Amino acid sequence: MQIGGGLPLQRNGQSVERDQKVTASDVNVFYGEKHALKAVSLEVRANEVTALIGPSGCGKSTFLRCINRMNDLIEGARVEGRIALDGQDIYDPKLDVVQLRARIGMVFQKPNPFPKSIFDNVAYGPRIHGLAQTSADLEEVVVTSLQRAGLYEEVKDRLSEPGTGLSGGQQQRLCIARAIAVSPEVILMDEPCSALDPIATANVEELIDELRENYTIVIVTHSMQQAARVSQRTAFFHLGELVEFGDTEQIFTNPQQKLTQGYITGRFG
Amino acid sequence: MGGEHTVRSYDEELSHLTNLIARMGGLAEAQLEGAVQALVKRDSDLAGKVIAGDIKVDEIEHEVHSFTVRLLALRQPVAHDLRMIVGALKISGDLERIADYAANVAKRALVLNQIPPVKPTAAVPRLARLVQEIVKEVLDAFVEQDREKAIAVWRKDEEVDGMYTSLFRELITYMMEDPRNITACIHLMFIAKNIERIGDHATNIAETIHFLVQGTPIRELRPKGESVLPDPSQADRDN
Amino acid sequence: MTDMVDQMRVSAIAEKVNARLQKRYAVEKRFRFYGIASIVIALSFLAILLVSIVSKGYTAFLQSEMHLSITFDPALIDPDGTRDRATLSSADYAALIRSALEARFPDAADRTGRREVMGLISQGADLELRKMVMADPSLIGGTSKVWLPAAASVDQLLKGHMSRDADKGGQFTERQLGWIDSLVASKDIAGRFNKWLFTNGDSRQPELAGLWGAVVGSFYSLLVTVALSFPLGVATAIYLEEFASRNRWTDIIEVNINNLAAVPSIVFGLLGLEIFLNVFNLPRSAPLVGGLALTLVSLPTIIIAARVALKAVPPWIREAALGLGASRLQMVMHHVLPLAMPGILTGTIIGMARAVGESAPLLMIGMVAFIVDIPAGPMDPSTALPVQIYLWSASPERAFVERTSAAIIVLLCFLALMNATAIYLRKKFERRW
Repeated sequence: MQIGGGLPLQRNGQSVERDQKVTASDVNVFYGEKHALKAVSLEVRANEVTALIGPSGCGKSTFLRCINRMNDLIEGARVEGRIALDGQDIYDPKLDVVQLRARIGMVFQKPNPFPKSIFDNVAYGPRIHGLAQTSADLEEVVVTSLQRAGLYEEVKDRLSEPGTGLSGGQQQRLCIARAIAVSPEVILMDEPCSALDPIATANVEELIDELRENYTIVIVTHSMQQAARVSQRTAFFHLGELVEFGDTEQIFTNPQQKLTQGYITGRFG
Repeated sequence: MGGEHTVRSYDEELSHLTNLIARMGGLAEAQLEGAVQALVKRDSDLAGKVIAGDIKVDEIEHEVHSFTVRLLALRQPVAHDLRMIVGALKISGDLERIADYAANVAKRALVLNQIPPVKPTAAVPRLARLVQEIVKEVLDAFVEQDREKAIAVWRKDEEVDGMYTSLFRELITYMMEDPRNITACIHLMFIAKNIERIGDHATNIAETIHFLVQGTPIRELRPKGESVLPDPSQADRDN
Repeated sequence: MTDMVDQMRVSAIAEKVNARLQKRYAVEKRFRFYGIASIVIALSFLAILLVSIVSKGYTAFLQSEMHLSITFDPALIDPDGTRDRATLSSADYAALIRSALEARFPDAADRTGRREVMGLISQGADLELRKMVMADPSLIGGTSKVWLPAAASVDQLLKGHMSRDADKGGQFTERQLGWIDSLVASKDIAGRFNKWLFTNGDSRQPELAGLWGAVVGSFYSLLVTVALSFPLGVATAIYLEEFASRNRWTDIIEVNINNLAAVPSIVFGLLGLEIFLNVFNLPRSAPLVGGLALTLVSLPTIIIAARVALKAVPPWIREAALGLGASRLQMVMHHVLPLAMPGILTGTIIGMARAVGESAPLLMIGMVAFIVDIPAGPMDPSTALPVQIYLWSASPERAFVERTSAAIIVLLCFLALMNATAIYLRKKFERRW
């Protein structure tokens, strides 16, 4: 039975201590003069869903975008501190950022399929990274990704139709399939359901639960109920600081910090 | 706890819930007082009123029940609010049982008033006073959300158990002395048992208050005073 | 009592509101009227322009030709009977024409008469005969009736642009007028489609003057311009938009590009003269140099249009591509550029349309010379359409008046075609996000 985001793996009644997939130590981010993230340290465990919650402008999206170095694209953004993937510093100059982004996929708030066919959308990643040698291989990768994203049955007859012709929920699942196609280790999701209706949202949440088996997922969400449903660990950010980080069950039944309590019970403002 | 809700009606609903519990507690206290008075003063009218009054407590319990279900469905409470609401549900159950026991005491008092009084009748009010004190303190602890008070109440259960055990022995002695006393003493026994159960329920409420405030249950075993029943582990050691 | 006062107050307020409403409607009506009036004025100016050009120019598409019976006397053309091309080429075809004319008008026997009768036919008619014989030598030895171009003055007379009266500028003697009338009566002179306008290069003879040289010259210049400005412009725009960091230098560059778009094109002509001709010693009057100067003219336009098209591509496409692990270049080439291409193409075509119509820079680099031959490549000297128009408008012959307007019509049609292509491409590739 699933209770709120699924139970962590049990072995002999004890939780298995998972590997730490992504670790952040004392991360500070500046946008010009603005100090957007202040000394954030947390660990994301492998094959778990970690949710980042907090009010608008608290830095959760900023932190998410640090993990796959998308903040590099913003003029005037400066990242200090250490973020490591499997123990390796991702800001190491010897590390190829393009390869990093193939290992860490991202799904955005607004579904953004390319204005190409559904097949080409999913095939783009494998193509540019050379992951498929023959066209048969490529087709297999595309079909597998669409199946894993729970979209294949709905689109298998129209793979050559434009991706932009799908409904919102389907488009988001297409974006997830596209991200999965390059076989990432971590999937970052920035409010993936905020543009979707409740049924599409439920589909995506179910998908996240299934993906947990093979991928590590970090999700930023405005909806606390979603964080409670979907994640095993939750981090609460406020004004650029990490206020509390712990098991989701703990955060939502008995948070340690007053600020956390205030936010999740709706006592802010 | 940490300011008011942004949505004011939520705060109003939570205070309504607290008021319901407080009212229910007051009623339960009054029922208990009435029952004890009916016993001590041999007042059958009062006993009748107490028995009739039990239904009011039941009504509030139903109201609390449906109100908490509504709150859970509509507000999706988390953290402290959630513990508060679930706690209120449990406490209302305990208070309803307390009022039931009080009514039972009143019923037995009615019966006792038909027969001539016996000596141990005097000991019962002492037990009742202690339990009444406990009930009052635990209700204060709820209204004030005071964890320390709740723990203090929780520890007093030991005293109640001790007092009950000694009353039990006294009654046995009386019954052995004069078989004519058996009827009255049996009734007193049941009355004492009911009062002791009230004390247990008050202790339950204290545990709930602790969880509500702290977020963690009181982990130690409830302190047991000397029991009338043989302790199984004791028996092993003796044999 | 208070009810009445209230009612009066309410109706007073209602009146004021109504009055304001009426004023608002009146203002809107006036505004609409002004808008329509300005459109009507603009359209009428356009109509006036078009009507005046077309009315002056349409006659140039017809050219008076004479139907003469020519005896292809082999003695004059090919005495040895060898049909040798060199002999055929250098034969005296004018003599054939003269004898034909004299046969037609026996009263042109005296010397003045002969001169006058030869004045009726184009001075380049013998070249036409030569072309006919070179193409079909079987004509030699026979007699056939051929159409030959009449002299420009005859053409102008027949079109009504010249007066018969010598005092009013007429150029013909009575005898010539008599011959012309008899030719008209016997239907041996008529206005036929002026194929020379579209097949010949420039000529001193207006009746033989054509636009083809100018068209080919314009075409080669355009070719050079497109080949240079499109890649350069698009690459610059991509670099500035996608790769360059935003600092003071890029701001300065952007301001300068915008200014360059407004620089008078003659400045680029001067630049072309100095650098391309004097420093690099490229051939003068060549479409290559013209194309280079026009590249400078159209480059700012293309860069600006390309930047706008690139900016219009939504940022989430870029983010999606980068998030998948595409490099910046892959992201631009695979996603941004294809999506921006319709806008870039439209901007390019508009820039090219402007370049086709530019004459000032071409004048400066010397494409204003009198070139008869059709250029074979971008390095041959040639002229261009707008320059041709300028040259013809400066010519004294009356016949060039209508030809100037005809050339303007051709240029306008060309521009209209280019703009229509731009609109079609834009509509076809317009994408809704």
